[in-house]
Amino acid sequence: MSDPNAIHALTDFALDTVEKDFKSVVHDNVVRLKSGNLGSLPAILAIIVLTGLFGWANPNSFLSKINLANFLEQASAVIVIAMAVSFVLLLGEIDLSAGFTAGVAAAVLATRLEHWALLPSIGMSALVAIVLGAFTGFMVAKVGIPSFVVTLANVLLFQGVLLLLVKDGGSVRIDDDVIKDLVGGNLSPSSSWIFVGVGLVLFAWSQVRKQRVSHRAIPMSLVVFKVVVAAIGSVLVTSLLVENRAFPNAPAPIRGIPYVVPLVLMLLLLLTFVLNRTRYGRHLYAVGGNAEAARRAGINVPRIRLSAFVICGLLAGIGGAFLASRVNSVDPNTGANDTLLLAVGSAVIGGTSLFGGQGRMLNAVLGGFVLALIPNGLTLVGKKSLPGVGEIDFASSGTKFICAGLALLLASSVDALSRKRST
Amino acid sequence: MNTDAAILEASGINKTFGPVHVLHDVDFKVYAGQVTSLIGDNGAGKSTLVKCITGIYPKDSGTFAFEGQPVDIGGPRVASELGIEVVYQDLALCENLDIVQNLFLGRERLKTGLLDERSMEQATRDTLAGLSVRTVKSVRQSVSSLSGGQRQTVAIAKAVLWKSKVVLLDEPTAALGVAQTRQVLDLVRRLAENGIGVVLISHNMNDVIEVSDRVCAMYLGRVVADVPVTSATKREFLVELITSGRSGDVGLREEATI
Ligand SMILES: Nc1ncnc2c1ncn2[C@@H]1O[C@H](COP(=O)(O)OP(=O)(O)O)[C@@H](O)[C@H]1O
Ligand SMILES: [Mg+2]
Repeated sequence: MSDPNAIHALTDFALDTVEKDFKSVVHDNVVRLKSGNLGSLPAILAIIVLTGLFGWANPNSFLSKINLANFLEQASAVIVIAMAVSFVLLLGEIDLSAGFTAGVAAAVLATRLEHWALLPSIGMSALVAIVLGAFTGFMVAKVGIPSFVVTLANVLLFQGVLLLLVKDGGSVRIDDDVIKDLVGGNLSPSSSWIFVGVGLVLFAWSQVRKQRVSHRAIPMSLVVFKVVVAAIGSVLVTSLLVENRAFPNAPAPIRGIPYVVPLVLMLLLLLTFVLNRTRYGRHLYAVGGNAEAARRAGINVPRIRLSAFVICGLLAGIGGAFLASRVNSVDPNTGANDTLLLAVGSAVIGGTSLFGGQGRMLNAVLGGFVLALIPNGLTLVGKKSLPGVGEIDFASSGTKFICAGLALLLASSVDALSRKRST
Repeated sequence: MNTDAAILEASGINKTFGPVHVLHDVDFKVYAGQVTSLIGDNGAGKSTLVKCITGIYPKDSGTFAFEGQPVDIGGPRVASELGIEVVYQDLALCENLDIVQNLFLGRERLKTGLLDERSMEQATRDTLAGLSVRTVKSVRQSVSSLSGGQRQTVAIAKAVLWKSKVVLLDEPTAALGVAQTRQVLDLVRRLAENGIGVVLISHNMNDVIEVSDRVCAMYLGRVVADVPVTSATKREFLVELITSGRSGDVGLREEATI
């Protein structure tokens, strides 16, 4: 106790102003993990492990440039719908009908494109998606029906609308080049490199800025580490993608970063910005964490709920355009089957809580990668005989469903257990 | 100490929940720079009175005056605009948010339309330092990582940050250990020294006697005593008031019907 001021300084919230090094940040994170708050770590580990596993089991096709592009395109629609669902998950709500919202929006887009120009068709599709979201939001926030029940009814309701729009058993073809290219088109090799370069500079700039305002709580070495990892990763991926990946006798080369990459990235940045930097985003987290506390703080809770469902609807509608673009048509199965489950699963596997208040947009991307990796990798692994088990067909739908189901179960267990531990 | 005029005065407040008459013609006064303790058995109506004062529940009848002016407290917004702040028994904090985010919840500072984190963080640090809070390591800790006493401190700091004129604390020490209770009681005194009108709801009569300037006792929805603490320095006197509604010549008259 020779210097009482030193004690005072350390026991006050001085941790905020204490300079930290790489080691202490790692240590802080270990402490956080031990407290049960795993965040996105399981998803990141799963991506690394699955990539290694599939790459080892089938190095030629899994780690090929064509599969890389294919994988990104497969994952995109589910990721966008996962971002949609994340908005209501943050409130502790659920939207079981987001898949069919996507389907209806896609059907509106496809049928309008038969008569209208591109922009009014997109506008109409977005409007319908917003109306569907607003309808759900009204039922939940104003009428007071649990979102689980409302959206369960909506599954039937929206599926009916979808069937009426595309006529039973039929399908609507899409001929518009812009929509067809949404999933499937690529940046030219030179634009790809410009995109990666600009992206990396902006990423480095944002990290340095964050470091500056952190009162040195983020060490510069961590910033350098992150930027270097991002640079190596994106240069590696880009150099694979800018090579021609068309089959040898194809009429035209296919090369460049798929459009879905900048598109999903832009959505990710925009939505993350809304959640982290605006008052609206803050209130969304508050309502999800403790609606009563938010109400007492003067936040209009029903309005936040309603708006989250509207945003969810609009984003699901955008996801619908991705779904339609992938197969260049819309049919009664667009947005049906496992679409919604994969979307919710992506968010949860990425670390977004089903209980509300915890989650990020990035989680939807990470979890979406995990759930896209599983079927993609298993298909390429195909039939394999395992010692002592016999031959297993990893490419069958049964195996894929079981693996995806187990991954989701594991992720929700982590979510539930970490919640139990923190209370 | 200004004891002549009440900063907040509730007169003839009645409140029913369906058939249950919870508050009967309640008169209640809060003075600036003083701690007024509100005591009473479980179910006496203390929390309900606090919620009426802060606009959480609409009252059935009665009037409020703030700084001598009649006011209509139609909702929590109105109360906080007047400078009335509550620290709830069931703490109204969002566990998923950090201290800064909780202190500014609903009143975030903006810069060019975006959250001004730096200024909010600095203000949080200044407020906690002003209250000599020593136990919080980082203002960016999430509330879920704080102890009960620290949470109570955050809730109280919120009231101070917003330059409240009246702060109501509903059983702030109920769930706390000895050391943490000590901290919160010190904090309560410091609030009053800063000129705030403090209302303390507590079941611990020793705490009440130690920390308050006035004591207001409730019994089955009625105010049965409103006295300076100098005339209520005996624990037994207060306990009798809240358990039977009277003690000696203070409280309900024998023939009163409830
Ligand atoms: N929201 C409510 N609905 C119905 N009755 C209530 C409600 N809140 C409180 N009460 C009743 O009002 C009475 C007073 O409660 P309360 O104000 O919480 O008492 P205290 O805080 O003094 O323990 C109790 O009988 C309680 O059951
Ligand atoms: Mg109570």
